[in-house]
Amino acid sequence: MAEMQIKPITMNFGPQHPAAHGVLRLVLEMDGEVIERADPHVGLLHRGTEKLIEHKTYLQALPYFDRLDYVSPMNQEHAWALSIEKALGITVPRRAQYIRVLYCEIGRILNHIMNLTTFAIDVGAMTPLLWGFEEREQLMGFYERACGARLHAAYFRPGGVHQDLPDGLLDEISQWAAKFPSFIDDLEMLLTDNRIFKQRTVDIGVISEEDALDFGMTGPCLRASGVAWDLRKTQPYDVYPEMEFDVPIGKTGDCYARYLVRVEEMRQSLRIIDQCIANMPEGPVLAENNKVTPPKRGEMKNSMEALIHHFKLYTEGFHVPEGESYTAVEAPKGEFGVYVVADGSNRPYRCKIRAPGFYFMAAVDHLSRGHMLADSVAIIGSLDVVFGEIDR
Amino acid sequence: MGEMDQIEDGRATDTAPSALETMVVHLQHLLGDAVSSADISGGQIILRTTSPALITLLTSLRDDVVASFNQLTDLTAVDYPDRPERFEMVYQLLSMKNNMRLRILMPVDEGQTAPSVVGLFNSANWAEREVWDMFGIFFAGHPDLRRLLTDYGFEGHPLRKDFPLTGHVEVRYDDTLRRVVNEPVSLVQEFRDFDFLSPWEGMQGQIDAGSADKVGKGE
Repeated sequence: MAEMQIKPITMNFGPQHPAAHGVLRLVLEMDGEVIERADPHVGLLHRGTEKLIEHKTYLQALPYFDRLDYVSPMNQEHAWALSIEKALGITVPRRAQYIRVLYCEIGRILNHIMNLTTFAIDVGAMTPLLWGFEEREQLMGFYERACGARLHAAYFRPGGVHQDLPDGLLDEISQWAAKFPSFIDDLEMLLTDNRIFKQRTVDIGVISEEDALDFGMTGPCLRASGVAWDLRKTQPYDVYPEMEFDVPIGKTGDCYARYLVRVEEMRQSLRIIDQCIANMPEGPVLAENNKVTPPKRGEMKNSMEALIHHFKLYTEGFHVPEGESYTAVEAPKGEFGVYVVADGSNRPYRCKIRAPGFYFMAAVDHLSRGHMLADSVAIIGSLDVVFGEIDR
Repeated sequence: MGEMDQIEDGRATDTAPSALETMVVHLQHLLGDAVSSADISGGQIILRTTSPALITLLTSLRDDVVASFNQLTDLTAVDYPDRPERFEMVYQLLSMKNNMRLRILMPVDEGQTAPSVVGLFNSANWAEREVWDMFGIFFAGHPDLRRLLTDYGFEGHPLRKDFPLTGHVEVRYDDTLRRVVNEPVSLVQEFRDFDFLSPWEGMQGQIDAGSADKVGKGE
């Protein structure tokens, strides 16, 4: 019998698949069990955020940032707030800067718990997810105590944060932070030396330093390939220059290295949280410039000027001087950047959101070629993709 | 050579201004005619160029030992319907060696093609697909220029200024046809777009007397 040529099979992975981490349709060209080409189809969660922002005032645009990467909402508001503050030349009170850094690091831990535990469930470990979500629940409780919302916070505002922290919250965060290392230890006990976990992740989805840079990777995925680059250290914002923490890097650039980097980042985030709580200054939490930030509720009852300011801010909003700027922060997933073109009016002329996950997704084809089908699940899990920010 | 307006903002700036000036002088020497102007704004370098010179410019920026802009962080476009050349491409580059950011602005007219930079930076692949999808700018030499974010069979380019916020079609599941159908948008009430701009001088210029001239002027 003549030799048979087997035609590559094209198969759909998603858009409804628990391991796709959202609405990802991955069209895979398979040679038996081996992936020859992966073609991610994204955009199923496209909501036109950038177009919507063009039609909103600067302050109304802020909540859209919560809805991008909905696993770490405040980190993205931070980029927007910083970019407006830069354009307007406002200085943020010290206490507000500390609160922001504190909540950014809480957001980073929220994000890493979500990623590491769902990654573990993708490769067969169920328990970390159950344990991790208990911790996430507490952290979202801290979100709720500060701003009233568990997910879509709208807490960081241009000029500071919306309101001060309630009494006793810092003590509670501090108590939680003292207990949290034992969770990380438990997580590591389950995964780090686990034979099955290592078989599924070591040497899977390897990306070299050059390729990682070339594909626009940032954050833990870039650091896992051995590039020591963290915007909190290299281009620090708010009070990050005063914080003492280390930036972990990986050496192998595989799924396992990305896991290890994130675990260590959680420990470093705890160090920052401790420093924030220990050094939290007293004082205002919002810049006292009523052309940009709203007046206090009490003032509005007595002062006509405050009332007018409040009315104008929530209808017309503030104007941002003409110009363009690119501001980036180190979000848990990587470099989250906002490019704003202001035309001097109360609405941004154009707002481009640079989401880290977008570039990870673009590299999936490169990462998964030549791997088995099951490995593509591990690769997507280790990249930490959230479709809110990829599709925007 | 454009004017050099620097920002001294209270926060720790990305790089010391003197290093940026040195870099601008170096780049102008290195790139010659490929850049039409070089400025510093917001602690970042801004170069203006034209589409024929783009590839040479990016190659030199990436490969030059001193500059070594090794990552194309982002790539996008802005629609200016009133300009003679309608679109402006924006390339954000990062040099990890110098800890500097650089932005390249390049005008492209409607119907004109822009050179694809996928050969230089792989990160441009999806970014260019997105720009094609959102603005309809065609990239010559792109290996796989398909729509990225919009629906299969979508028509139009949503981020153009003449595309309405509500779009042209809406989808719903049709019970009799047993599939999702596209229909022209019908709004229950007219789209409300309030103009809150004050007819008086408003708050313009009052925000912080000094801040307006501190920010680099766009166009």
